[in-house]
Order: sequence, then C-alpha cells, then structure tokens
Amino acid sequence: MQEKLLFNSTRLKWTLKRLCLELVENHGDFEDTLMIGLQPRGIYLAERLKQLIKQERSVDIPLGKLDITFYRDDFRRREKPLAASTTDIPFLIEKKRVILVDDVFYTGRSVRSALDALGDFGRAEQIEFLALIERKYSRELPIALDYVGVQVNTVDHQKVNVRFKEQGHPEDQIVIIQNE
Amino acid sequence: MSDSLSVNHLLGIKDLSKQDIDLIFTTADNFKDVLNRPIKKVPSLRDITIANVFFENSTRTRLSFELAEKRLSADVVNFSAGSSSVKKGETLLDTVNNILAMKVDMVVMRHASVGAPHFLCRHIKANVVNAGDGTHEHPTQALLDTFSLYRKFGSLEGKKVVIVGDILHSRVALSNVFALQKLGAEVMVCGPSTLIPKHIHELGVKVSHNIDQALAWCDVANILRIQLERQKMSYFPSLREYAMFFGVNKERLDRLNKEITIMHPGPINRGVEINSDVADSEHSIILEQVENGVAVRMAVLYLLASKVKH
Repeated sequence: MQEKLLFNSTRLKWTLKRLCLELVENHGDFEDTLMIGLQPRGIYLAERLKQLIKQERSVDIPLGKLDITFYRDDFRRREKPLAASTTDIPFLIEKKRVILVDDVFYTGRSVRSALDALGDFGRAEQIEFLALIERKYSRELPIALDYVGVQVNTVDHQKVNVRFKEQGHPEDQIVIIQNE
Repeated sequence: MSDSLSVNHLLGIKDLSKQDIDLIFTTADNFKDVLNRPIKKVPSLRDITIANVFFENSTRTRLSFELAEKRLSADVVNFSAGSSSVKKGETLLDTVNNILAMKVDMVVMRHASVGAPHFLCRHIKANVVNAGDGTHEHPTQALLDTFSLYRKFGSLEGKKVVIVGDILHSRVALSNVFALQKLGAEVMVCGPSTLIPKHIHELGVKVSHNIDQALAWCDVANILRIQLERQKMSYFPSLREYAMFFGVNKERLDRLNKEITIMHPGPINRGVEINSDVADSEHSIILEQVENGVAVRMAVLYLLASKVKH
C-alpha cells in the first residue's frame, strides 16, 4: 500500500477557514441553522467548523451526530454488517436549515441514506451538504455538494483518508492510499 | 469487537459466545435510540420477510417480535397453530415448508416441544429464531433480561442474581442461567424442592429453598411466574402456601437493609409470587424489561438478517 499526502495541517487550516467564511456568507447570523456531522469522521469536521464559526461570528450552532448504518442500501450486500455508531440529534429540525457535514463525498449513497434518516427527525426547511473532499467522476446518484473543500481525481482502487488529531493521529492529514 | 454473530440461527443462549452477546447489546443500544425518536422506524430490513410461527400461545413475545420486525421495515406474516392445518394433522416440517414456499426469509418460532427449532433449522434454508421451545430455552427473553441489567449496572461481572419460582418448567430460567454466567454473574435458583430440577447444581448455580436467605445473598431477584395451569400436578399444597413461603413482598425486602433490583418476565400473578407493593416499586425494572424487549429483538433480527442470502 502506497500513501500520497494530499493535505498537511496548514493547508487543511486554510481550507476550513474558507469553508467557514462561505457558511457565514450564506447563513449570516446562523439564527435558524443547525449542523449535523455524519458518523464516523464527519463529526470531527463539524466540530471544527462550529469552533471556527464561533470565533468569526460569536454564535454557537447546535451540533448533532447522525449515524446512517440502518439506512444504508447495501445492507446484506456486504460481507459483514457494519457496526453502528451513536446518533445524537438533541433538537428539532422542523423548519430549520440543516448543514450536513461529511469528510469525503464519493458515490453519493451515504448522503442519500442521511437524507432518509433526517426525514425521521422532521421536515427541515432546507438541507445543504458540505464535504472536505469531493472525489470526481464517481457519483452513482444525482446528488451534488453545496460546499466543497477540495476536488480530487481518483480511481476506484484508491482511497482517500482524512485523519484528524481528535481521532488520535499525531497531526491532521489527508492522504490518498493506493490499494494494489 | 466482532461485527457479526457466530451463529446463523438463534436457537439458544447456550450456542452464543460472550462476544455475540456483547454485539447484540451494543446493537440494541442503537435501536433503543431509534425507538425514542419521533419516527420509530428504520428501513434496514425492507427486503426481508419474516414469519412468526406460534404453535403455543403467546401475547407479549409475539407482540414484541412483531413490533421489532415492523420497526425494521420487514414484511411480517403471522401464523398460530390454533387456527391452522396443524389441527388437521399436518407435520411441523410440512407446515413450515409451505410457509417458506411463499418466499419467507426468516422464521420466528415458538413450539411446545424441546428442540423443535433445532430440528427445523437442519431442514430449511431460512434463518430461525427460537421464541421458546417447551421447557428448554427462551433466548430473547434472557437477552432482554440481561440487557436490562447491563443498562442499569453497566456490567454484570460479579453481580449476584437469584431466579425465584418454578425452575423445573421454566425456559426463561435456563436461558437466563446461561446468559448470566457468560456475562460473569453469579446465579442462584430458589423455590420449593419440587420445582427445582434435580441436577441443576451441575450447571454451576447455587440452590436455595429459603427465599429470605436468597434475597439476603443477591443484588437482583428475577421472579418467575407460578404457572397456574400446571398446578393441578400438586408441586406444592396451595397458592396461599406458596405466597407465604416464596412470595416476594415489601415486608421481606424491608428486612434486608439493602436495595435489590426486582425483575419479572410476566405475566404477573399479583399476590402469588410477587406483591403489588414490590412489582410497582422504584426497584422494579419490570416495565423496562418489556421496553428493552423490542430493542433486543430488533438487534437479533438485524444481525441474523445480514446472513440471509437471496
């Protein structure tokens, strides 16, 4: 397995800063906005963005975690069932603007499952989708991003791995892994 | 932790490993969250059909299974022996094969004969869940009992649990003994000597015929129903005498100087094995057991469904 460094921590810092400013541009004072991170890695990204927005605008956006395991469309098509993580959405999403946050946008199937799952928590006014990495030419569903960190060209046997310090990695890194 | 069960059917707790039980518990934790949402349903099993085949009467187990199946979006068909061709002389295998011919993926079965689900799973392709076979096992009941304790205590390691009542006829008791021991708890059974199986100590459980000593020893008392329908067999002189010697009441618990957790798998005979002042007290987790039953059964069905091959 070969690894290629895509982002180091400095570059990641600037990208997150830009995403934060884009959110500020669209959501102003974030009065009716909620942010929901997708398990497992979207939650770290969402927390970072929340802190940046707090510095920028002094607002505390309500933050939730969403696990989509039970909503996946590939259940029983995999070798083994996936272990579920916790879902924690301690607020109503009815009539709110929701920003869904995930680390990598690939086939679009996770987002579809997440939209299904969110439907079970109420009817949001609007749902937007933010991802740090967009893998191009790999969509399997008609879904697009509202906020993009960076676009990368990858092929199927490559994997994009986002590593956050919060998960216990020595430093923030985004790498492309080549599976032989 | 492993992310798949080591078995393809849930026939009894005896066949499960500690890892299997832990996996069922963590999955049930997640489903408990789902059950507290405004929309208590997930689409995981939408392409699975489950037959609930009950050759013996049951209200709550069947209701609980059916609810669990529906919360997982499975298609459900119900079958009860009372109103079926079993009365006309059809064999178990023919009955079930006829149901499976209608493209059913999983079978939840209760049967009066010990080993009926074991027999079934050797002859059919569908995944089988035992919902009680005679006086043998009732695995989902034991899982929901131990899950309720795990939710309350975090771990069952070293906890002392006494099972009180008709151990001889109880599939709940046997499954509970296996589950509790696998999770590291100490088990005692307590009841009149006529209702305790002769060689039960060989399973490594303590035996007592004195309810006050048993309660003084334990952290948790799981009180079983006196099966009124079997009492014509005269295992003890009268219900009143049973209530006097083995009935758990507030007076007995107050004498203990400690708090113990009270469980009962239902249905309760109030005033016989347990008094209302205990069943409805804050130490009783009887209704939590019922609530947890749906989450635990969802977990079992979800984990087994991942093994269904279309």
